[in-house]
Amino acid sequence: MDNRQKEINNLKDYKYGFSTNIENIQAPKGLNEDVIKFISNIKKEPEWMLEFRLKAFERFKVLKEPDWQKPKFPKIDYQDLYYYSAPKSMKDKPKSLDELDPKLLETYKKLGIPLQEQARLNGIAVDAVFDSVSVATTFKDELTKQGIIFCPISEAIQNHPELVKKYLGSVIPTSDHFFATLNSAVFTDGSFVYIPEGVRCPMELSTYFRINASNTGQFERTLIIADKRSYVSYLEGCTAPMRDENQLHAANVELIALDDAEIKYSTVQNWYPGDKDGKGGIYNFVTKRGLCKGKNSKISWTQVETGSAITWKYPSCILKGDNSIGEFYSIAITNNHQKADTGTKMIHLGKNTKSKIISKGISAGSSDMTYRGLVDISSKAKNSTNYTQCDSLLMGNKCGAHTVPYIKNKNSESNIAHEATTSKISEEQLHYCQQRGLNPEEAVGLIVNGFCKEVLQQLPMEFAVEAQKLVGISLEGSVG
Amino acid sequence: MKEQLQKDFDNSIKNLSLSQKDIEIKKFCLENFIDKGFPNRKEEDWKFSDLNQIIKNNIGELSFYNDQTSTNKVDTSVFVDGLEHNKIVFINGRIEKIDFEYEKKDQIEIIDQSETINEFKNSNSLSDLNNAFTNKCFKILVKKGYQLVKPLIIYHTTNTKIWSKNINLRLNFELDKDSSLRLVDLFNDTSEKNFLNIFYNFELKENAILKNYKVDKFENKNIKYSFNNIDQDKNSVSETFILSSGSNFSKNEINCNLNGVYASAFVNGIFSLNNHKHHEIRSIINHLTENTKSYQLIKSVLDESSKAVYQGKIFVNSDAQKTDGYQLSKAILLNKEAEFNAKPELEIYADDVKCSHGSASGSLNEDSIFYLMSRGLSYQQSRELLINGFLLDVVEKITDSEIKNLIKNMIGIKE
Repeated sequence: MDNRQKEINNLKDYKYGFSTNIENIQAPKGLNEDVIKFISNIKKEPEWMLEFRLKAFERFKVLKEPDWQKPKFPKIDYQDLYYYSAPKSMKDKPKSLDELDPKLLETYKKLGIPLQEQARLNGIAVDAVFDSVSVATTFKDELTKQGIIFCPISEAIQNHPELVKKYLGSVIPTSDHFFATLNSAVFTDGSFVYIPEGVRCPMELSTYFRINASNTGQFERTLIIADKRSYVSYLEGCTAPMRDENQLHAANVELIALDDAEIKYSTVQNWYPGDKDGKGGIYNFVTKRGLCKGKNSKISWTQVETGSAITWKYPSCILKGDNSIGEFYSIAITNNHQKADTGTKMIHLGKNTKSKIISKGISAGSSDMTYRGLVDISSKAKNSTNYTQCDSLLMGNKCGAHTVPYIKNKNSESNIAHEATTSKISEEQLHYCQQRGLNPEEAVGLIVNGFCKEVLQQLPMEFAVEAQKLVGISLEGSVG
Repeated sequence: MKEQLQKDFDNSIKNLSLSQKDIEIKKFCLENFIDKGFPNRKEEDWKFSDLNQIIKNNIGELSFYNDQTSTNKVDTSVFVDGLEHNKIVFINGRIEKIDFEYEKKDQIEIIDQSETINEFKNSNSLSDLNNAFTNKCFKILVKKGYQLVKPLIIYHTTNTKIWSKNINLRLNFELDKDSSLRLVDLFNDTSEKNFLNIFYNFELKENAILKNYKVDKFENKNIKYSFNNIDQDKNSVSETFILSSGSNFSKNEINCNLNGVYASAFVNGIFSLNNHKHHEIRSIINHLTENTKSYQLIKSVLDESSKAVYQGKIFVNSDAQKTDGYQLSKAILLNKEAEFNAKPELEIYADDVKCSHGSASGSLNEDSIFYLMSRGLSYQQSRELLINGFLLDVVEKITDSEIKNLIKNMIGIKE
């Protein structure tokens, strides 16, 4: 009875913390060539894909786990993880949603993502990823009419090999850093998006990631290509059940924008953050990189990071095309024992490139937050500008907020401006709100929402509402 | 390099009368240095300035032994005119003169600490190098309540007698309660291709005031590293001004510990570089207790293919409530080959603080030039006027008027 009560109490804190009891197929535990071949085989991948994976694995073997980050964590035993886990019912791909395991449908319904299309009124196409496989993609027909490809990447490898071959690994090569290389070797599923020339994607595309099985690492790979003069807005959401052990999530996301194209990538990350004492939670070590390949292209990252025990990621833009634009808007909230080391990289290579970074960090409880960013204007990037603003808000004297920007200017015709502030919610602001009838928690919520507004505005409507609520929930209990 | 170090080390301790214990410490430091070598870009603090490469490219092989048995003649022509001052003269790393002629003799104590080496707490290998090879180390103690009447100028002079040498210096200062010291470091090099490794340690007691001005103005081909450690007690004030301009490579590091309440630290700096020069300032201000204050302003004007680096860190301990920390770095790049790198860092563990930093870099404002030219100035004149105004801002921060004028004259800044 006590345990049950505890569980209920816990669920109140993190409502996505349930796990689905479903039969799984798993790869043997550990990391070796056989496991990689197993993954490749079960996905029925062509020879070149297996080669890609093995090449990455060769490289991975010589790499060392980086240790320069601020949040330290116990060494991960990479041999003690399952690299592939999929619901048994997914072995033979169901042709339609009607054939899908009702348990899966139930899970996503509980998460607030009904997969039956008729249940969707707001018109967002969803690709749902459960552990290592994509279970369903909605609105496929409608998108196909416009020539848009939106499918699990494993399908894309089989059906559109020319596109995947050309772009996969072009932004994050197999020889990249430790976690990116690991992902290249063992990635299981993820989304693939191709927007053809001149098409403006009529609806928001979205992926929903769910880690269910225990002791599993999730390694998804997302590849988005926006051809000339196209536009796409892509959303990503994530949750995981509450477990005592730490789970690893090391995803790679590659964006490629050709001439005059625009990609807007939004994330609301709400992985299980661990309990109040910092036990359990997800290690979110993600590599996200966008390449503005063509001229006048634009990539914009927006992220709301509230979950994960440790968040360690730097969504980046490589501004290669002339006149290209990179943007980064971020809210990161840490509470209890959460740790975050996040920021962005803006690498200016083309002429007249512009970038803008707005980062808001809020730390409460015994958490630790670091903004780490790089702005690099190369000598060829004439007439480029960057504007960076990073503000931190501290709640309580057990938490930390840090700012570590790297600024490199090699071009005399370019301008960089950077500013950062650290402060706390002032007594006057609180007093003012309370005087007008808000209780302390509501007052803090209001002030924090105001603090984050610049970033929240960048999110698509449906997400903005959710994110705003999430900001409130994450800070619950941190006042007083 | 290892054999050279070992050989030079044996030579240098031969001439010193050291206790067995001191020799052990020196040996230990030498081994540490042999182990680590010169700092390189793999170390986070040296990311933007790879000293190992810089020494390799500019000097090649260094030798570490300095024969300091014979005295050098002090060239009085380098002394500053028109300002009465106390002097310490270093020539090629050897102390030639300590002269406090304007002060009360019993208020200042000069302690020879050569035989008791206190290890420097600094994580990089250059402190080991310094520990192993310094052979004279003086401590200057300003006694309780004494405020020096005239400034102290330390002349760092090198002449053509030395070549491809490493020179290690060490000075310790203690400012007792209510005392004050104005200190100017003046670099004057006619030598080429040497590596100077200078360590200062300042201990500021309650209400003490330290003003330290470092002026590296004259063109030279030497490589310099200077480390300042400042420990500050209650109510003390430290002011550091750095003019970084003359040497081929120079890195100034300021590590300031604000240990007492109401202590404050000011760090201001100017980079004025051209011609392949590469300079860096790295400051670490540790706010360790409540109600402390720090202020930093660094401005750079970079011409030709020069490179300036500013790494500034404000650390706020969890006890250090009511901290006020501010940091601003601005750079003007005059040439497309010039480069400015900055890493302004905040590390904060207390919530009731006011900390901010800003960094901006870019070209001269064309609108401002247009404005001035439309009023009859030539392009060159407008440019000079703007740069003058840009740098004057930092010079004006110098609180000592005598020295402010001295520095203004030296760099030709007009009001």
